[in-house]
Amino acid sequence: MPDVTNTAVTPEAAAATPAAPQLSKKPEKSRSLLQDAVRDLVRRPLFLIASGIIFVLLLMAAFPTFFASADPQLCELSRSLQKPSADAWFGYDARGCDVYARTIHGARTSITVGVLATVGSALIALLLGLVAGFYGRWVDALISRGIDIVMGIPFLVGAIVILNTFRDDDGFRTGGIWGVLTALTVLGWMSMARIMRSTVIQTKQADYVTAARSLGASTGRLMFRHVLPNALTPLIVLATISLGVIISVEATLSFLGVGIQEPTISWGVMINQSLGRIREALHPLLFPAGFVSVTVLAFIMLGDAVRDALDPKLR
Amino acid sequence: MGRYVLRRLLQMVPVIIGTTFLVFALVTEMGGDPVQNLYGERPVPESIRVALTAQYHLDDPLPVRYGYYVSGLLQGDFGTSLSGSRPISEMIADAWPETLKVAGIAFVFEMVVGVAAGVLAGMRRGKFLDNLVLLSTLTVIAVPIFVLGQTAQIFLGVKAGIFPVSGTNEGFMSYLLPGLVLGSVSLAYIARLARASVAENLRMDYVRTAKAKGLSPTRITGVHVLRNSLIPVVTFLGADLGTLMGGAIVTERIFNIPGVGYNLFKAIQIEDGPALVGFVTLLVLVYVVMALVVDLLYAVLDPRIRYA
Repeated sequence: MPDVTNTAVTPEAAAATPAAPQLSKKPEKSRSLLQDAVRDLVRRPLFLIASGIIFVLLLMAAFPTFFASADPQLCELSRSLQKPSADAWFGYDARGCDVYARTIHGARTSITVGVLATVGSALIALLLGLVAGFYGRWVDALISRGIDIVMGIPFLVGAIVILNTFRDDDGFRTGGIWGVLTALTVLGWMSMARIMRSTVIQTKQADYVTAARSLGASTGRLMFRHVLPNALTPLIVLATISLGVIISVEATLSFLGVGIQEPTISWGVMINQSLGRIREALHPLLFPAGFVSVTVLAFIMLGDAVRDALDPKLR
Repeated sequence: MGRYVLRRLLQMVPVIIGTTFLVFALVTEMGGDPVQNLYGERPVPESIRVALTAQYHLDDPLPVRYGYYVSGLLQGDFGTSLSGSRPISEMIADAWPETLKVAGIAFVFEMVVGVAAGVLAGMRRGKFLDNLVLLSTLTVIAVPIFVLGQTAQIFLGVKAGIFPVSGTNEGFMSYLLPGLVLGSVSLAYIARLARASVAENLRMDYVRTAKAKGLSPTRITGVHVLRNSLIPVVTFLGADLGTLMGGAIVTERIFNIPGVGYNLFKAIQIEDGPALVGFVTLLVLVYVVMALVVDLLYAVLDPRIRYA
């Protein structure tokens, strides 16, 4: 159990005075909140399992050929729906494609979409939440009503309508990742922005912010040096959790026939293709669905673990 | 209280206008040339094009057309669907009861089972039941809902024959499985929320006081702890009811329930702009009203919250 008294004084709090940087460089036994959190995290089995899974998934996304030597686009109808074997660990799907190779190669699309959409919407949320919370008054009213408006649009409806506008020259839906990325980013930032706003409002009333202000710190410095680092935790936690959810939503959009389409391989595309023959063979569904579920699970567990570690109240 | 409600109602107006305008604009942009769409590949006679353009104000800028739409809405006119030319209010009247039936089952299911599982798990933290609840809820959250729905349909509907496979011909039973599938994800969130909340409240001073006074454990958990820990759950339930009543595109599509979500999806697919905007307007109205109801419920559950 790290000592609780230390968590009350964060390095950012100390940094409110100009002398602080030198102070914190002095060799002293007390650790920062972040160091506490990291020490706490590496001792949690849940965190280790989750980050292990995510690490493997990232490797898969980066070097798919290292995991699967078979060609994911090579499909032979003669081996349609064959059960898992030593040759093809996950069997073959209805068109005779290697399910294992496709699952591995699908990781790249699904994880790229998840990560980019989450980062994009977190950045929007960070900026709007920070500005709304920091300035308050009409800026806050404007941004908050804006959040309400976008939130009022049902997620799937909004996503489908946005995806419908992504068409190639012949008027067909493109089915690439850009449309999905745009839809998920544009519709995914609102709850993160709300969280950011409320933590910023809490943080800006802290004593060290008042101290910095009375010492003549500029608005920009107050916002980015003092308020932002101390208001980031809830946003990071929520973003981690929603990363998993976004991967599952990507699959849902493919299921509805408006998301990513062939020839791009993603877990959603695979699940969607397997559903037509689900009565004859379950394995083409089971493996990609399993990978989606494990990925979602890993990110939720990671988010939970990080929240527990960074929230001193739960110690 | 009355003033608070009035202020909230006034705040709703810009939100409703903003959201419907956004959807209206997106839908208008997505459709291409609506007159040409009516005619397919054939050339449109010039006189008809002029007449239709005038009738539907197609030459006017977007805000003006939106203005016409809203003035129609205020007179209770949702407009006419492009496909089949049905009045959209009639379509809504047909679809909404279907959605409400599924939503009702889902809501009761998630509320009763979710709260019970969460409270029991919270009281027995770290024990077998707690871990069971945590694990099963995580699984439900992690599996995408369409996988859940499809597998339930195959195994419980097609293979075991316990439930009707799809459609709404068999009364209550045809809504039961879709309702359970729809409610299961929120159930998982509710159980986890209730568990965390109960566990936190059990550590509160007032529980120790109640114990010291010699109250029975049933009364402590059943009255004191429960009332205090249900506040976050009620918030979630209220917001979720708003979502549920707006229909579920995925579930209604899997089980062929001709509800709001089903109609929405169809309207998007065949690019029926007026129907789409009509249904979304309904959803937005339900959503903001539910948000207000939740905030008012807050004050009922927690006497410390008072609205001036």
